[in-house]
Amino acid sequence: MSGTFVGMPAFPVAAREAVGDRTLRSNLRHATRTIRDKRARAVAELDDWAALREAGKQIKDHTLRHLDRYLVQVEETVTAAGGTVHWAADADEANEIVARLVEETGESEVVKVKSMATQEIALNEALEARGIHAYETDLAELIVQLGKDRPSHILVPAIHRNRGEIRDIFRSEMSEWGRPAPEGLTDTPAELAEAARLHLREKFLRAKVGVSGANFVVAETGTLVVVESEGNGRMCLTLPETLISVVGIEKIVPRWQDLEVFLQTLPRSSTAERMNPYTSMWTGTTDEDGPRAFHLVLLDNGRTDTLADEVGRQALRCIRCSACLNVCPVYERAGGHAYGSVYPGPIGAILSPQLRGTGSEIDASLPYASSLCGACYEVCPVAIDIPEVLVHLRERVVQGGPAVRDGNRVVLKPARGHAAERAAMRAAQWAFTHPGALRTGQRLASRTRRLHPRTLPGPGRAWSGSRDLPAVPAEPFRDWWQRTHGGKGGAK
Amino acid sequence: MRVALFLTCVNDTLYPDTGRAVVKLLTRLGVDVDFPMAQTCCGQAHYNTGYRHEAEPLARRFADVFAGYDAIVTPSGSCGAMVRELYPRMGERARAEGRGDTLAATLAPVVPKTYELTEFLVDVLGVTDVGAYYPHTVTYHPTCHGLRSLGLGDRPRRLLEAVKGLELVALPGAEECCGFGGTFAVKNPDVSAAMGADKVRNAESTGADVLCAADNSCLMHIGGTMARLRTGMRPVHIAEILASTREEEAV
Repeated sequence: MSGTFVGMPAFPVAAREAVGDRTLRSNLRHATRTIRDKRARAVAELDDWAALREAGKQIKDHTLRHLDRYLVQVEETVTAAGGTVHWAADADEANEIVARLVEETGESEVVKVKSMATQEIALNEALEARGIHAYETDLAELIVQLGKDRPSHILVPAIHRNRGEIRDIFRSEMSEWGRPAPEGLTDTPAELAEAARLHLREKFLRAKVGVSGANFVVAETGTLVVVESEGNGRMCLTLPETLISVVGIEKIVPRWQDLEVFLQTLPRSSTAERMNPYTSMWTGTTDEDGPRAFHLVLLDNGRTDTLADEVGRQALRCIRCSACLNVCPVYERAGGHAYGSVYPGPIGAILSPQLRGTGSEIDASLPYASSLCGACYEVCPVAIDIPEVLVHLRERVVQGGPAVRDGNRVVLKPARGHAAERAAMRAAQWAFTHPGALRTGQRLASRTRRLHPRTLPGPGRAWSGSRDLPAVPAEPFRDWWQRTHGGKGGAK
Repeated sequence: MRVALFLTCVNDTLYPDTGRAVVKLLTRLGVDVDFPMAQTCCGQAHYNTGYRHEAEPLARRFADVFAGYDAIVTPSGSCGAMVRELYPRMGERARAEGRGDTLAATLAPVVPKTYELTEFLVDVLGVTDVGAYYPHTVTYHPTCHGLRSLGLGDRPRRLLEAVKGLELVALPGAEECCGFGGTFAVKNPDVSAAMGADKVRNAESTGADVLCAADNSCLMHIGGTMARLRTGMRPVHIAEILASTREEEAV
């Protein structure tokens, strides 16, 4: 398995492999169900959950509506506090900025706090190409990095691995990267955590440059916030001499007080904790304490385009809690890799086709990677109506239409591969607006019903490969109605 | 009160027994129900697959056909949700596209008058004991759009609990989607089948003879999976259970 998502096949193809992988299915079922139930209990403890959810939505919507103003304010407050702000329109620009900043320190390695933004831009790979080693320090990210694997979950990127697999990865790979795994390492959680702790400690103490993302940026104070559980973040944010934070422009909240909402909803939605163990906040630089130099790289990479879409922009409210992944029956069975992005699950299915566009096979298939059951919307702590956005993006795929790409208004063409479906939809629409034709079709189906097979060949196997076809009745309802209630039903 | 049955295209074509059951049940409860012959399809499959513009003529047709009734009753949670939740959204989108208020104004009157069957029974008629008899062990699967879009809550359960002879057993993982999802079932057949198989295994674990739901499209998927896996269980629409009596017992 490669470390990036370039050239992914469409979702149904990638998912087929995952559905057939019994170990993966069992790992995912166990992990998602455990965290799903814990989340439900943690949320049920708060009697003002609905109000917090609404407040989170409102704060994010307000910020997005006035993002131009808040971005400038962030630049002012961060600069005033001793930081340096950089603007990156896309992944290449952001990677270039970070690589240059690291090179200017003369260092050739960095320690990293778990960050979705840097995963999104494939920063580690870009740094490696410049001879800079990036070490992931979050336990699950470490497992993914050592295993030359890809993340499959936003919060727990190694969710697809069980303890035995992790032990094997530690035993065989740790020595390649630094301190080897202890002799006789078993798969007990305490031993695995201790092995990671020992392996990472030498990196924390040696590194001169730290790279992070941020969960929030407070505009009024210029404060960045990282919420984490393991303490690796606190190490990376405080020990190095230089700190570089790559942050998506949608992570801003206007006021310090706004954190009171998200610091309640985020931990309960993600790890099902009332409060996460480590919340690090920093404002620029402080003499004799923490990093001497602080750089904030503000990342667009498709976010402004997404903001231009009236229906789709709600995806930018996302606080990356991953509650939607844990509750999603499709994610549970397809696994995270099938989504072909660092953002898997329901939120990935609406974020990736917006950030990257619907041009590739995988991105055009993601809006369909959902049964529209609505469980994701129900648990979302910022009330993103994911099914609404999925359907909206399906429309963009099959019908094309106006969109904004790279800051320019464009009219997208319908995606290829939907001609037969489009024809069928139009034929159905015609029949449904001509009840006489519909009735003829129904009667034809009823009269030939003895000839109908229980399974279908060719494309029909998509249904009948796993399910019997329903039996067609002797007569459709409307014929029965007319026979028995002849004079009625003439309202129209 | 002029009450219309909106049966849905799937039920009309494939599940006429459900339609007959609704007519029998409502008639028994003193409701004079009509079936406007000009009805066809609400447009849900079009809308949810990304063909919103193709769904619009079907929505307009629905509004036209059912305009003269005081209540529109449908034995389908997802088609009910299409009218109640998505027709207003279609109107808003048309407005946002600069096409004025015409669509929104055309669709608005039918939205609040459309009821899913169990809502109509419990909220409008105010009954939970409909005088039914059904001597079987039944487990109930709340379909997603009924559960989350319409908020049917415990209405189906209350109706089933009042049925004489019926033993209701809880379904593990009840609120998890069965994997049908309209065109999802054929666009992502492997994931859909895996979800269906899990739903059926959970249903089997209850020891019930019957899996009941308020939406035949989900039951088509679940029932097709049950038949393929040779479980011996059968899918039955809630209308058929509620219509069943000692004199005229449903299977």
